[in-house]
Amino acid sequence: MEFLDITNETCPMTFVKVKLQLAKMDKGQDLEVILKEGEPLQNVPASCEEQGYQVLSIEAVGDGKHRVIIKK
Amino acid sequence: MTDKVEVKTDKKDLTIVCFSGDFDKVLAAFVMATGAAATNRKVTIFFTFWGLNVLKKDFGRKALGKGILAKVFNFLLGGRNKLPLSRLNFGGASPDLMTSMMKKHNVATLPELIEAAHALGIRLLACEMALHILELERDDLIEEVEDVVGVATFLNESENAHIIFV
Repeated sequence: MEFLDITNETCPMTFVKVKLQLAKMDKGQDLEVILKEGEPLQNVPASCEEQGYQVLSIEAVGDGKHRVIIKK
Repeated sequence: MTDKVEVKTDKKDLTIVCFSGDFDKVLAAFVMATGAAATNRKVTIFFTFWGLNVLKKDFGRKALGKGILAKVFNFLLGGRNKLPLSRLNFGGASPDLMTSMMKKHNVATLPELIEAAHALGIRLLACEMALHILELERDDLIEEVEDVVGVATFLNESENAHIIFV
């Protein structure tokens, strides 16, 4: 499982980093993303699904942060 | 960020006309471009007039062109590192001040956004007419520039796209 923390990133690098990380990975691999609520939580998982990737889970991990698992 | 990303989408394309060579406006163009590309849109940026400064291979000041006027213009305009702020430029100090404020708040800097744009496969086009006026050659521009085109090509390729003028 690959890991990416985008809690310190702001728009548009939140999307950009996730997109580029997924592009580097092989099909079938999982990516764990830690992101903040609000804009990243609303739009990062949705934009991954649009690209045909599967969002396996979204869970709150406290402090306004969420863990999202995405399968490429 | 060297892997090129294939954009597969049924979303409307986005074309940005980057006419301005102002630091803040170019920044806005690249934020929109990278944000759109990262959310699955095909993005093209068409650089014309002052916007061409962003594409110069020399990031600083260089007297490009043959005629004296072109040389003076190109030297004074400079490249990517010399883009002025559209307001409160303070003799050229502001872009560095603004960049340090951006870093402090974890906002991507202009070079980072340009690098991301390359990695996301955003198409960079240069305006043929503006290149002629400023006596710039294709070789004066960064290699990431896909093509030098005219307004007809730009319009044809943006037929079904949103067009934003910066």
